[in-house]
Amino acid sequence: MSDSIAIELRDVVKRFGDVIAVDHVNLQIRDGEFFSLLGPSGCGKTSTLRMIAGFELPTAGSILIHGREMGITPPHLRPVNTVFQSYALFPHMTVAQNVAFGLEMRKKPKDEIARQVKEALELVRLSGLEERRPRQLSGGQQQRVALARALVNHPEVLLLDEPLGALDQKLRKEMQLELKSLQARVGITFVFVTHDQEEALTMSDRIAVMNKGKLLQVGTPTEIYERPNCRFVADFIGETNFIDGVVIGRDGNYTVLETPEGLRFRGLATRPLSDGTAVTYSIRPEKVRLLAPNGELPPNGLAGTVMTVNYIGSDTRITVRINDRRTIDIWEQNTRSTLDRDEYWQPGEAAVIVCPPDNALVLSE
Amino acid sequence: MIKTAPATTASARIRGAFSEGRLTWSGLALTGFSILVYIFLYAPIIILVLFSFTRDEFGVRWTGFTLDWYIRLFNNPRMMGAAWNTLVVATVSTIVSTIIGTLLAMAMERYRFRGRNAMEGLIYLPIVVPEIVMAVALLAFSAIVFDVIKMVTGETLRRNLATVTIGHIAFSISFVVVVVRTSLKNFDRRLEEAAADLGADNWNIFWRITFPLILPGIIGGALLAFTLSLDDFIISLFLSGPGTSLLPVEVYNRVRRAVTPEINAISTLMLILSMALVALSQLLQRRR
Ligand SMILES: Nc1ncnc2c1ncn2[C@@H]1O[C@H](COP(=O)(O)OP(=O)(O)OP(=O)(O)O)[C@@H](O)[C@H]1O
Ligand SMILES: [Mg+2]
Repeated sequence: MSDSIAIELRDVVKRFGDVIAVDHVNLQIRDGEFFSLLGPSGCGKTSTLRMIAGFELPTAGSILIHGREMGITPPHLRPVNTVFQSYALFPHMTVAQNVAFGLEMRKKPKDEIARQVKEALELVRLSGLEERRPRQLSGGQQQRVALARALVNHPEVLLLDEPLGALDQKLRKEMQLELKSLQARVGITFVFVTHDQEEALTMSDRIAVMNKGKLLQVGTPTEIYERPNCRFVADFIGETNFIDGVVIGRDGNYTVLETPEGLRFRGLATRPLSDGTAVTYSIRPEKVRLLAPNGELPPNGLAGTVMTVNYIGSDTRITVRINDRRTIDIWEQNTRSTLDRDEYWQPGEAAVIVCPPDNALVLSE
Repeated sequence: MIKTAPATTASARIRGAFSEGRLTWSGLALTGFSILVYIFLYAPIIILVLFSFTRDEFGVRWTGFTLDWYIRLFNNPRMMGAAWNTLVVATVSTIVSTIIGTLLAMAMERYRFRGRNAMEGLIYLPIVVPEIVMAVALLAFSAIVFDVIKMVTGETLRRNLATVTIGHIAFSISFVVVVVRTSLKNFDRRLEEAAADLGADNWNIFWRITFPLILPGIIGGALLAFTLSLDDFIISLFLSGPGTSLLPVEVYNRVRRAVTPEINAISTLMLILSMALVALSQLLQRRR
């Protein structure tokens, strides 16, 4: 069961006049998966979700839910439910009436509705608030009502459009964990839209990164972070050092590139690149090592000068200048507890940086 | 700053208030002016109500309390007939114009169609067109329609309650549209999407979500239509037929002969009814 496909997008395009909101997207979302759509504002996440829900129809391409072609099936006949960013709770109904709405529309018997509403509210820990109106609830509570209102219908897929966007940082973190454990318990496929990369990394089984309507990469959080397939994904997820250059050859598993000023770097390429290809070298700050100079440069080492040192508790963030045009950011974990100044880097110190080629990527485009 | 000893006399207190800026000449002038405006607005109404209870038969002097004028009013078949006509016309025209106006408002708010802008402008025209123009137009139009009916069926029709009602519907619709559109503008369409998402078809979306949420606007529109119809004079005068006159017209006819406290009494009753309607609409808005 876990390998069957819950949702499939085949070459889906959505245009609004001249704007291409979704540009030839192909995507398969597996059953029971916590799947995130991640991308900057305006990249087409909401449009994609709305097409799955049936609020918008694709300009071209097709959408399948559990193998069934959706075509022009209206929203109320699709086996999905949505948690809206604004929650869209019905203001004239109580919490219980809000949650019961979907079941009433499906003409469930009264006693069963009452039982399921009770269960759903227990699931989201809102028991006791049945008779409140939405405006008498806090943001987090409203969010849970929206969740209960959708989950009570046991949809095949739950669509969530930035459901935590309106919450403050602390509540947001709590709800992330809660949502994740809830999803594991109910076993429903979640399609979760967010523009917060950390949120996507924490919660998802798999992430799809979008930009300007295009789907750039689909993968597990580890794959997305450790093996981004293009410069945009590497840049959007986490922090990284970029160095532009051209491919000048290969060295075993590694691809070698040279910068205009003649520096050479080695890293992993996701696909074979011919010599002369313009590429970007990418290495995450926590994967660069910083050593004290001891006369000779180690392999993959470069001499430099420490420019700035920021102690932020768990890490120290250091910027090292390697020539008059380039600096490299390095994050060192503070694994030892000490007050000794000499244990920390000081601005102006000479240093050697080492970029292990296994930790670096050579990205084309 | 050094605190002075607390002022004890009234004049000292007022002087203190001036020096601390709590009391200013402009502030005093504003208060006085506001009081004058309120007297200007309400004195005639208060006197009207008061003199509906006077024993003086010309209703211009206070000569003692009586309810005679109200009793006489209720025993006056012409007045009561006119009052009944007015209520019937107001009720029917309110129901019809509220339904038509609400549907129109929804169509204008929701759909883009050819000629929408023209329709938008035209729907507000009856609000700004002088009522006398509306009245003459409706009168002329009804004459034409009657002629046509006579030509086709040989039947001679006369103006009656139905013609007045149609006239009232004609001018009320625009007001209903204006009020209902305001509440539709404030209505969050995402709620309809949420309902559809939860399995509601269009019928259920409208009756379970949209209608209850725009109901205060619809009621507001209906109350406006009702009050407009209650006190309409010009169109009622032009479009009502013999023996079917409405209250404002009847009152006018009586006043031309003599102002009696009976007129004050009927005016007071109309005042109470309008105020009750306004209070009701306020109450309904607040419940939301
Ligand atoms: N109804 C619409 N009419 C016209 N353009 C639209 C409409 N809906 C979306 N767009 C455009 O389509 C593009 C994608 O919008 P979409 O709402 O899908 O982005 P998003 O990824 O959800 O962004 P955000 O993170 O800001 O919510 C944007 O350029 C937007 O302006
Ligand atoms: Mg969005």
